[in-house]
Amino acid sequence: MSASVETGGGGLLRLIRDYPILPLLVLLAVLVLVFHLGPGQVTPFWLANTIKFAVPLAMLAACQNLTMYTGGIDLSAASVATIASFVMATQVPLIGAGPAILLALVPAVLMGLLNGFGIGICRVHPLIMTMGTGLIGIGCLQVYQRFTIATGSEIPAFIEWLGTGLTWGIPNALVLFVPFAAFIIWMQTRTGFGRLLYAVGANENAARLSGLRPWQLYLALYTLSALIAGITGLLYVGLIKAPSLSLVEPRLLPAVAAAVIGGTSIFGGRGSYSGTIVGALILQVLTSLLTVVQIDEGLRGIIFGGIIVVVAAVYIRLTDSRG
Amino acid sequence: MRVLRRNAWVIGLAGFLVLLLVLTKVIQPTFGASGLESLARTVLPFAFATAAMTVVVIAGGIDLSVASVMAVAGVTSASLMAQWGVGGTIPAVLVTLAAGAAMGAVNGGLIVLTRVPDIVVTLAMMYVWRGVALLILKGPGGTATQWLRDLTLGYVPPTGWLPNAVAVLVVALAVIWWPLSRSRLGLRIYAIGSDATAAFRSGVAIGPTRIAAYAIGGVFAAMGGLSLTLATGVGEPIPGPYLMAAVAAVVLGGVALTGGVGGLIGPIIAVFILRLVRLDLTLLSVDPNVTTIIEGTIMAVVVMIGGIVALRGKRA
Repeated sequence: MSASVETGGGGLLRLIRDYPILPLLVLLAVLVLVFHLGPGQVTPFWLANTIKFAVPLAMLAACQNLTMYTGGIDLSAASVATIASFVMATQVPLIGAGPAILLALVPAVLMGLLNGFGIGICRVHPLIMTMGTGLIGIGCLQVYQRFTIATGSEIPAFIEWLGTGLTWGIPNALVLFVPFAAFIIWMQTRTGFGRLLYAVGANENAARLSGLRPWQLYLALYTLSALIAGITGLLYVGLIKAPSLSLVEPRLLPAVAAAVIGGTSIFGGRGSYSGTIVGALILQVLTSLLTVVQIDEGLRGIIFGGIIVVVAAVYIRLTDSRG
Repeated sequence: MRVLRRNAWVIGLAGFLVLLLVLTKVIQPTFGASGLESLARTVLPFAFATAAMTVVVIAGGIDLSVASVMAVAGVTSASLMAQWGVGGTIPAVLVTLAAGAAMGAVNGGLIVLTRVPDIVVTLAMMYVWRGVALLILKGPGGTATQWLRDLTLGYVPPTGWLPNAVAVLVVALAVIWWPLSRSRLGLRIYAIGSDATAAFRSGVAIGPTRIAAYAIGGVFAAMGGLSLTLATGVGEPIPGPYLMAAVAAVVLGGVALTGGVGGLIGPIIAVFILRLVRLDLTLLSVDPNVTTIIEGTIMAVVVMIGGIVALRGKRA
């Protein structure tokens, strides 16, 4: 949550400081409006499609959101997700859907434990540790792939239903995502674990002196993050329907951007998952907007990057107590 | 004490590099001057990317856009050399280096002006510079002047074994780094990386120093992009795998990610080590995929051991 700010400013400014999600919602509305009035058309189909793609992005952004509370980051999330999706798709023909899904989450948990061990016990910088485990994981996956070329791959009907299906025009992915988001928000704001995340991020020494053993927290946090990433991978392969060795990789940095645009401080101690969800929606609408306009790919990258900087800068101006 | 420990790490790395070279000779008895020459050529873009990252990390920042800046420099130099011909080669190189400095200054300037964390700004600029590279050249194109390409090929004449690529690398880095590390600006860069508040209280202008560090990093990245163009003969707008490799080499080279500690020699030796490990594994006909695993493991294990050693030191 944003630190309570006692500095002056008008009523509107104070409102924004207390509810930093408001300007984000305004930005999202403006983008949708621009999309509708300009090149595209807001149809139920477009809405459903946008949400379908925003859900895995928001889940991957949850990994960044949670780890950023403690001043960390999880760059292995995309590798974990890719591994989970690939292992599941290749194991389904051999052992059936249920066991394959469970088996797919095993490497995810292992990688999360490894991250937690490195960061919590060996005190490695999270950026380096998760980058390293991501590399190791993808390497292992490439070796694994050669043993499964003969078996082929299959995506369970249930996963496909969840990833791409619509019920009365509403994406089925929300069946997974709404309880997931509710759980994450509840955990962050109402449980001791959530409070400890903010506490460690705000001041680790103070948290330690208050009796916390940070390594336990890091171990739990990064394992949870990897588990979320693994589940995201399963959902994403249901959406894309083509498992590959780089399935989720292109979504990693947008996920980091979603968390940052959503107001999560990369230095720790501040942010909210609801903001991250809006951040993911903003990025997805923006992508859709830039795709419909059919502008040059190079220019699209420039606009995409430019908007991330501008939103982050405005956000810091609006919410930062020093400003 | 810290100076001693830092030097010990660099000396240890150098020893390890020599050990690896001997090991390579044992694995592949024919490994000699020509093997060294091709190794040096593959190392070149990685080494410049690492140098770019090192300067920024010492200043307490990080630059996730380094590979994209290299791509912009690569396509800029290739298209300029194609347009201006052989006679315009030196201006083309100078413009490319200036463009690198400008891109770095933009990165640093945005970080200072917007107060957005460096990771976020350079992450966004990664998209921006990649877009700029695609605007300059839609696909691989342009040319590289032959005499400039020849500079990185073959051996330094009197020795007959020292690769030209190594000489180019050492000269290019030393021309910038040696005066810098002895100047006031160099001291300021270390100061803001070590403790920005203390540096500020001592009268260091944090903002301009940070921008300067990113600009110098940009020049190194531009050299990296130029070396890519020279290696392939064309400009390639899609960024290569230089970001992760550069971060790994910086950490392995004894530069603390928290800033203010380390030098340029350690990371450069580390780049050679990482590339040589890859070469050795290829010579041993290890699966290239396993090589990726081993590289990731080396990176993780080294920093984990480093972390534990640092903890022990603190407790003792």
